[in-house]
Amino acid sequence: MQTPVEPAIDVKVDSFELVEGTSLWKDAWRRLLKNKLAVASAIVLSIVLVAVIIGPLISPYTYDQTNPDAVYMPPSAAHWFGTDQLGRDILVRTLVGGRISLLVGAVASIVSLVIGVSYGAISGYIGGKTDEVMMRIVDILYSLPDIFLIIVLLAFFSKDLIILFAMLGAISWLTMARIVRGQVLSLKNREFVEAARSIGVSTPQIIFRHLVPNALGPVIVYTTLTIPSVMLTEAFLSFLGLGVQPPLSSWGTLVQEGVGAISVYPWHLIFPGTMMAGTLFCLNFLGDGLRDALDPQSRAD
Amino acid sequence: MTNPLLSVRNLQTSFYTRDGEVKAVDNISFDLEPGETLGIVGESGSGKSVTSLSIMGLIPTPPGKIKGGQVLFGGQDLLQITDEQMRKIRGKRVAMIFQDPMTSLNPFLRISRQITEISELHLNLTSKQSRTRAIEMLELVGIPDAPNRIDSYPHQFSGGMRQRVMIAMALSCDPQLLIADEPTTALDVTIQAQILELIKDLKARLGTSVILITHDLGVVAGMTDRLGVMYAGRMIEYGPTDTVFAHPAHPYTQGLLRSVPDPYEEVEELYQIPGLPPDLSALPPGCPFGPRCPEVVAKCQTQPEFVSVGTDHKSACWLNAVSTVQERKEIERD
Repeated sequence: MQTPVEPAIDVKVDSFELVEGTSLWKDAWRRLLKNKLAVASAIVLSIVLVAVIIGPLISPYTYDQTNPDAVYMPPSAAHWFGTDQLGRDILVRTLVGGRISLLVGAVASIVSLVIGVSYGAISGYIGGKTDEVMMRIVDILYSLPDIFLIIVLLAFFSKDLIILFAMLGAISWLTMARIVRGQVLSLKNREFVEAARSIGVSTPQIIFRHLVPNALGPVIVYTTLTIPSVMLTEAFLSFLGLGVQPPLSSWGTLVQEGVGAISVYPWHLIFPGTMMAGTLFCLNFLGDGLRDALDPQSRAD
Repeated sequence: MTNPLLSVRNLQTSFYTRDGEVKAVDNISFDLEPGETLGIVGESGSGKSVTSLSIMGLIPTPPGKIKGGQVLFGGQDLLQITDEQMRKIRGKRVAMIFQDPMTSLNPFLRISRQITEISELHLNLTSKQSRTRAIEMLELVGIPDAPNRIDSYPHQFSGGMRQRVMIAMALSCDPQLLIADEPTTALDVTIQAQILELIKDLKARLGTSVILITHDLGVVAGMTDRLGVMYAGRMIEYGPTDTVFAHPAHPYTQGLLRSVPDPYEEVEELYQIPGLPPDLSALPPGCPFGPRCPEVVAKCQTQPEFVSVGTDHKSACWLNAVSTVQERKEIERD
């Protein structure tokens, strides 16, 4: 191996700025910070996240601790959100329910990131018949009435949380696979991919090192929009009594319980409902902010 | 002609499109000696790039397909080996630089990541060693302040600088052969000169053989030892650069040389070859240049052989075989 040290020719400076390198990520980050709504949403979401994680740990109550002497108590210093028909503390039940709801969102987004991104990228890059077969599989899964399927499965097997998580995960990666495939299709003929191939980079490395990072913008945006939609599906199923089973709570079950008592004990609905709506709002605002930050050309203004 | 580094024999590459088979490269052969520079010139669509991609094994299949021939590199036929073996050769023994440096670097990865990728891949260096190597290479290609610049992103470099980075990448495993596919087309003239000077200099220092693909005859004249002229997927003239410039044997080469502006001569209008390059999916029978050739004769209805017209100098034209008036009359009659 030769190790030439001196420059081959006089250094002729074409042009170069002495500015500290800003990556596309840093640019996006800067734009995101300028978006007040997104920043506020991020702050609220982090507070919610911290609260649902440590709240139940430091609360004097547990989510399934009943108290026959304090049934349907209105909000007070002892029970900030009041209590329900069994005297359980609604605050702690809301926080525990938040854990389940956010976990559902997290599982779905991880599944869609891992399976959806890999599936779409492989399908798009390899192309041809492989792509054809892989995408028809997605089409078939797409065309299944997923909500019915989940309901049938939950009713048929057991109302097990694992099944709920697995099913929500299984439907969440389909759109992601399509999005990533589309991105990869438009990227794979770019010259830098050919250049990477010309230096002997292997196919998996081209897909995961060169193509996927270039598709991350839409992936991140879509993920932030997947989380609320999956959370909503979970809430919907729990509301129907198919999701999380008592005494465990989720936002869906809490809202369902609250609806029954709405005229007399409104706090039973208002607190968990507000919590859920607020979190979904924030996730959507943050998703919007991320889209604007990562893809400035798509901004309407 | 003892032991050529690269020997392309009767290479045929076709693309299968809706309009039928397009013979992008049709039966071309050439040799490249170690340390030599071969220039390949021709109009757009004459098969220059497809030739180089065929050598690299980068023809997209489908729709492309290498139908026949051999690409002997160091005695090994690159068309017969597995993808896995080919990947070990790409980048390590044969490297390539592309036309547009603006798009051939990954915009999302730092330069350091992209340069070290190749040496980690082929030289088994640790990440620290390959980083040192990458800085050395950047210094070699004349990037100022390389230790700091290495962590920049591609968009922080100008076009010329990016092409230097590409060259640094291509050369970092000391390849025996460098294929430069129109390396300066996307750059402005002064940068063009710098980049060509750089390639020439590095070639001399590292002993790399170079295939330079271009449509700029001026570039070829100053850089190459041999010259191949391509037209409609065929090689129509091949020989030492000086000979081809001094005594072009094929009417197409003569036309090309006539259309280069001469700064010492005042002309009203620059010569141009009449007509358009042919549609490769519907080539006329016989000589592909026939319909545009100023000296076309009846015999041109049949495909001319690629024959020797001098020392090391070959051409595919019926007129080459003619030395007497009598013979010329004969081919005109045919």
